[in-house]
Amino acid sequence: MALSRITSPFRSTNLLIPSILSSLRHRSISNDTTLTIETSIPFTAHNCDAPSRSVETTTSELMSFFRDMVLMRRMEIAADSLYKAKLIRGFCHLYDGQEAVAVGMEAAINSKDCVITAYRDHCTFLCRGGTLIEVFSELMGRKDGCSKGKGGSMHFYRKEGGFYGGHGIVGAQIPLGVGLAFGQKYSKDPNVTFSLYGDGAANQGQLFEALNIAALWDLPAILVCENNHYGMGTAEWRSAKSPAYYKRGDYAPGLKVDGMDVLAVKQACKFAKEHALKNGPLILEMDTYRYHGHSMSDPGSTYRTRDEISGVRQERDPIERVRKLVLAHDIATEKELKDIEKEARKEVDEAIAKAKESQMPDPSDLYTNVYVKGLGVEAFGPDRKEVKATLP
Amino acid sequence: MSSCVKRFGRSCASLVSKRGLSTSCIQKDAAVVAENGVKSLNLYSAINQALHIALDTDPRAYVFGEDVGFGGVFRCTTGLADRFGRSRVFNTPLCEQGIVGFGIGLAAMGNRAIAEIQFADYIFPAFDQIVNEAAKFRYRSGNQFNCGGLTIRTPYGAVGHGGHYHSQSPEAFFCHVPGIKVVIPRSPKQAKGLLLSCIRDPNPIVFFEPKWLYRLAVEDVPEDDYMLPLSEAEVIRQGCDITLVGWGAQLSIMEQACLDAEKEGISCELIDLKTLIPWDKETVEASVKKTGRLLISHEAPVTGGFGAEISASIIERCFSRLEAPVARVCGLDTPFPLVFEPFYMPTKNKILDAIKSTVNY
Repeated sequence: MALSRITSPFRSTNLLIPSILSSLRHRSISNDTTLTIETSIPFTAHNCDAPSRSVETTTSELMSFFRDMVLMRRMEIAADSLYKAKLIRGFCHLYDGQEAVAVGMEAAINSKDCVITAYRDHCTFLCRGGTLIEVFSELMGRKDGCSKGKGGSMHFYRKEGGFYGGHGIVGAQIPLGVGLAFGQKYSKDPNVTFSLYGDGAANQGQLFEALNIAALWDLPAILVCENNHYGMGTAEWRSAKSPAYYKRGDYAPGLKVDGMDVLAVKQACKFAKEHALKNGPLILEMDTYRYHGHSMSDPGSTYRTRDEISGVRQERDPIERVRKLVLAHDIATEKELKDIEKEARKEVDEAIAKAKESQMPDPSDLYTNVYVKGLGVEAFGPDRKEVKATLP
Repeated sequence: MSSCVKRFGRSCASLVSKRGLSTSCIQKDAAVVAENGVKSLNLYSAINQALHIALDTDPRAYVFGEDVGFGGVFRCTTGLADRFGRSRVFNTPLCEQGIVGFGIGLAAMGNRAIAEIQFADYIFPAFDQIVNEAAKFRYRSGNQFNCGGLTIRTPYGAVGHGGHYHSQSPEAFFCHVPGIKVVIPRSPKQAKGLLLSCIRDPNPIVFFEPKWLYRLAVEDVPEDDYMLPLSEAEVIRQGCDITLVGWGAQLSIMEQACLDAEKEGISCELIDLKTLIPWDKETVEASVKKTGRLLISHEAPVTGGFGAEISASIIERCFSRLEAPVARVCGLDTPFPLVFEPFYMPTKNKILDAIKSTVNY
């Protein structure tokens, strides 16, 4: 088991089926050694001292990073196919390319820390302990989904993992995160809240309102700008006077992080948590990249070149970076890594098959959860002669 | 144009439909030139044409919003930036409140500010600017200032699988705000003429575009610069047993219900309200006085929907002429659902059922 999993038993325990490469795990446990690895590039700090570039990790942690990210990549690609097959409806935003942010962050925090994000939420949910079956069931609007099939792609939540979702309106989740942080501070929890948003959302006024509140009251709120460089179809420099998002807090310190380097993300989040508990809010700018378009209706190739995308894939891919580290430190062989990838594919396929068997929610669920109790009104199905839903 | 639903309505494609049916959908390319300067266009192309004309005829007109410089997510602003330059057609950051506030200021300088909010579901961050700034600017400055040149375009309504935040119909919120106008077209021809009227109207306007019809609705649209009057409802189908009132994409559903009702011997009159505030009470009143019955249908939730206002007004004006309670067939009082969309929607069968129960009251 990865080190972080031992220290935080809630985390990611469902991410992998126990059968995955048990031989490798045995080896990992018996030979788990500590490594110190330099981040790809230095951190850039604003109003604070940057943390060290030397990141402590273990062989088993590196392997879990590889596994988790491979699984996420596979999951997102499968979601793409399901969307094109019209099994997923609604709007769907994929995370492939950005996996290191979710995985690295999770390695630095525990399930008592809160995470809140926008609609690109599948992988964050998985990190917070969600399962593939819950993911695919929710994507297809089935009962076994993490929001009982009522939310869909954009609305994943997991209360026991401290994952507050899954929000549809650009930037609207940031003030909520500050409220969560206030709750933590008030009850003297040694925990923090990470509010994730994109570079597009960084231009919303709500961000600055929330940041001011957080700084005024020294709340343990960490604002994480996942800068994938395109707010929908608009490049960051077209929409932001200063695309240096880590500096835009002015009075709040900030840190620019290579978001394609899972170890750098882990180090930054660890630093941020310690900082926020002592001194209040901090902005983390994760320099990352999404391979897919903004959503499924965006091919993602009209506002950027194919060369740019393939260049990032070749030079900065978060999975390939870990693969190289694993091979360089002789932690696993190429074949073993390939087997992990095959296993991930199988897991995803099995989860999809199971999710397809999950039932659609009952028609009466249309009326539940609007208020605590039922609506107290009568309503009918699409054909008034056939369906009359019973109210809770 | 891949998924045009074959519906009823047109027998001869070369004739310009006088009624301008919302349902005049025929599978063909978006731009087939017909005679007399008329082109067969889908709804987004008609909007695009109107924007071209608006910018061409008024050098003080500007188009801005999220991704509009590239044509917009629904292609409504295609070609505008190339033709009129990036100083008149430009992308904004993702900041709805800023977009509308900016538009108010631009309009206050005597310009035509045509702002796009990418989905009506995203308009709420700008709600304060629309309600508190735009709507009351003229009133509270004693007519020294106004933002009459402001038009906010925004796609609304269901698309079959949009989920919670890409399907809502928030028109009723804005109908509670004296000082702005709310306009919703039902078809390409209507969209072009009404949008041009809105842009040139000296009042701030929220123009809701039925996104379900962007590609689906195809109709012959005159190529020239024409305007359709605001605050004038249109009887798009004559009948004598019951009056149906609706707007936007819902009219095509209502029209199908009218046809089904006709098969059962019920003659329905269908009215497109077009402008929700200030709305054309007289046309609806005259129709209800003739038929004695009224049904209103919209996608937004029934409680507090604009149907309630129509119902109350008509009961005030036609109480003694009504032969049955006013029927409302609307969205349910739930958040707009994802998998339950078919249950939520005011479908044809629900309308047909309500027509029959109202007529047989």
